[in-house]
Amino acid sequence: MRYLPHSDAERKQMLDVIGVNKADDLFASIPKLAFKSKDFNLPDHSPEFLVQAKLEAMAKKNICASDAAFFVGGGAYRHHVPASVDHLIQRSEWLTAYTPYQPEISQGTLQVLFEFQTQVANLTGMEVANASMYDGSTATAEAALMARRLTRKNKVIMLSGLHPQYLDVVKTYLGDDDGLVCLSEADDANIGSIIDDKTAAIVVQTPDFYGNLRDIKSLADIAHAKNALLIVVITEIVSLGLLEAPGKLGADIVVAEGQSLGNPLNYGGPYLGLMATRQKFVRQIPGRLCGETVDASGRRGYVLTLSTREQHIRREKATSNICTNAGLCALAFSIHLSLLGQKGLAKLAKLNHARAVKLAQALKEIAGVELLNKSFFNEMSVRLSKPANEVVEALAKKNILCGIPVSRLLPNEKEAENLLILTATELTSDEDIDRLSSGLQEVLS
Amino acid sequence: MSMNSTGRPTRANDAPSNEVDNLKNAALLPNEPLLFEIGDIDHCGVDLPDVKIDSEYLSGFEREGSLDLPGLSEPECLRHYVRLSRLNMSIDAGIYPLGSCTMKHNPRLNEKMARLSGFADIHPLQPVSSVQGALEMIEELAFWLMELTNTDAVSMSPKAGAHGELCGMMAIKAALEAKGQGYRSIVLVPESAHGTNPATAAFLGYKVRSIPANDDGTVDVSAVIDALEENAENVAAIMLTNPNTCGLFEPDVIKIADAIHQAGAYFYCDGANFNAIMGLVCPGDLGIDAMHINLHKTFSTPHGGGGPGAGPVVLSEALAPFAPVPFIKKDGADLSLIEHVDDSQSFGRLTAFHGQIGMFTRSLSFMLSHGKDGITQAAYDAVLNANYIKARLEKVFTAPFGNQPCMHEILFDETFLDGTGVSTLDFAKAMIDEGFHPMTMYFPLVVKGAMLIEPTESESKKSLDYFCDKMLELANDAIAGNAERFTQAPKYAPLSRLDETLAARQPKLKWIKGD
Repeated sequence: MRYLPHSDAERKQMLDVIGVNKADDLFASIPKLAFKSKDFNLPDHSPEFLVQAKLEAMAKKNICASDAAFFVGGGAYRHHVPASVDHLIQRSEWLTAYTPYQPEISQGTLQVLFEFQTQVANLTGMEVANASMYDGSTATAEAALMARRLTRKNKVIMLSGLHPQYLDVVKTYLGDDDGLVCLSEADDANIGSIIDDKTAAIVVQTPDFYGNLRDIKSLADIAHAKNALLIVVITEIVSLGLLEAPGKLGADIVVAEGQSLGNPLNYGGPYLGLMATRQKFVRQIPGRLCGETVDASGRRGYVLTLSTREQHIRREKATSNICTNAGLCALAFSIHLSLLGQKGLAKLAKLNHARAVKLAQALKEIAGVELLNKSFFNEMSVRLSKPANEVVEALAKKNILCGIPVSRLLPNEKEAENLLILTATELTSDEDIDRLSSGLQEVLS
Repeated sequence: MSMNSTGRPTRANDAPSNEVDNLKNAALLPNEPLLFEIGDIDHCGVDLPDVKIDSEYLSGFEREGSLDLPGLSEPECLRHYVRLSRLNMSIDAGIYPLGSCTMKHNPRLNEKMARLSGFADIHPLQPVSSVQGALEMIEELAFWLMELTNTDAVSMSPKAGAHGELCGMMAIKAALEAKGQGYRSIVLVPESAHGTNPATAAFLGYKVRSIPANDDGTVDVSAVIDALEENAENVAAIMLTNPNTCGLFEPDVIKIADAIHQAGAYFYCDGANFNAIMGLVCPGDLGIDAMHINLHKTFSTPHGGGGPGAGPVVLSEALAPFAPVPFIKKDGADLSLIEHVDDSQSFGRLTAFHGQIGMFTRSLSFMLSHGKDGITQAAYDAVLNANYIKARLEKVFTAPFGNQPCMHEILFDETFLDGTGVSTLDFAKAMIDEGFHPMTMYFPLVVKGAMLIEPTESESKKSLDYFCDKMLELANDAIAGNAERFTQAPKYAPLSRLDETLAARQPKLKWIKGD
């Protein structure tokens, strides 16, 4: 077996040194009853080329984004990742290291985390950021819990337009208590009368699930008037190249999905959650934090810090049970963002918006398609004259992946049946839009 | 894995200053400035067309100020991250024997497979009919996991080991509530458990009752039974790691499972140490109700400097109905996704989308490569390697539970250093100067100055012999009174010891110009 170094002769020599006759003697402490009771219905080891062939055959059964006219977003976005990003993250020193428990021989990882935290803080306009979370959805749930700890209040108000699966995750994390209040679109406007002194936080996504840009500043004022926090959720981080940073508008906690930078679609994971907040809240932030310090000779260096918040020190009193971050995904994010810089990110964001405007104009021309957005970044919702899931399936047969039928995420909402959410990015070509337009015309006529 | 800070010096001042000037080899041990010090607002490593936009759809929310994000051209970028990478120790560069972390070889075939466009370039919300191959891949991995554990169900949602714990414990909570026993409020956790176990239990509102260890490092079964009797009707679950964090198989695990079930509670098993017994022992046969499997440990997805992990949870028949959404349903050759709780007993959704798919591809590639014979041999070799280290070191090192073979990791304490002026931390730092990543230190908490060594199956005999020779030389040098070699270490790392107290007292968590 190519991954196992020992020859049988070496195994025998080692058993001799240990002083036992056979390998099974090493397992003598396991009671007989505990050994497996059945034979596995599994194959034996396999050469590299056969494993590759088997997995390639599975991969070929999928329609990948690059082979289609592609308009799917909804919390996961197809962007171009520069070739150097994937090259760099495959270096052994990044790929095969672990959490930097020994800082003297982990300064590479630690400095990257410090740079990553700075990038995320600057991008979101916040004072501090952590070293990443599992993904945007779990970061959102952790932010709601953090707001409860900070305010010692219970009520968390979720505005409409939060990604439905994010909302489901928040419900799972917070449990079935009555502290979670989920607003409908109509209720959103009445937030001023719904918020009260028991409110820990308002949670709002922008651009929201339907692509609309939300007024963060007004919401921050409403939250702060009741000593509540404003949590801003962002699923398309590229939008911050064009839109004002939530920190500048009064957000108290910003959580985001960072996949758009550096990370491929991967059918939903692994991704990386971003979390940023105010300096004064830092002792309640979950997850790893990297901080600057000096070594014994006074040279600048970095360590994991404020770990008295964490499970390995605090055990049942920890802020969260989270242990790992999304290290390699955070590295990819950080490399991509350092290649872009402020100038490149602004250009990328503009390009995304320009492609989306082009898409919106094309959609408006199609009979049976009604554009619902007054504002958007690169994602928009339309009402079709037919159920959206049927349209999506029909176009998929023509290699047009035209978006997300809202009914897939909200199957019980009757009015969602004909809603479709579409996204354009820098990778959306004029030809893609033309194919979509003629496809929609055909299916809707 | 985790470590604790018991008795651990954290002030750099404890160690005299580093006298070796590493900067004399500046290319191989670079002193790399921060991105913010070498980058420039006007530099950019990506070519994009400049487009004009009008603000019709932006509702006045455009950004006004600067983002303070410097850019790098591509050559500057490559150099920055290559130079920084040289400051990291990695598995590919040498033994990385972190106990409880299973730092085994990461086959590159797995990386290649995860990057096939049919897996990497598909969207979680594109039509299910267009991702049948991806669902087939997940199903096949799920089948391997259920076979190897002899269980009936597996949830693929959890993003990491600790997320898996949350998943399993939420399923237990839901199952108790379904039986009208939501009042059960206590979770039993052995002293030697990973910190994530009590943190998970507390996260769900449970009171943690600590279970002491026997003198031999295993869980005291009578303490479990006492705790069950004292709190009849009130215990929700036990969270037990097996093999445990002392590197021992729990001999009474079946008795414990029986007692737990008789009391109407559930058995959560922390599967962090599954590598020792895979192919030999099926946790399902032991009576576990839920166990997470750290794919990044046992099934070799890269640790990536601290993630991403993946922690699928196998479930017993009793807990299977409560598993989170989504899960895959088979209808002949057609695979579909159940994404909503609807009328089912599922406890809900643990994450957006479907889990760590990119990690699944890598793990399945690992499993297909090994096959059932290779997986079993890997467990044998992992245990053989740990016992070989034990046999070679135990004449000098002190193994508190050493009168029996260990599993895949060997636990020493710092008794052998008594009176030398050298602590476990000092010893670990001296290992760095010999070219090794140190073992896990000060964990588990049940012994003084723990040194937990897990070589994994990936180390050759020559590598182990070199490691043992150097470890013995170090130990003998400490005992001979050369404390300075340890208290001043590391001397040959890019930096000497770092001041953790300063970092925590005046947290500086981001770069600020001129600061």
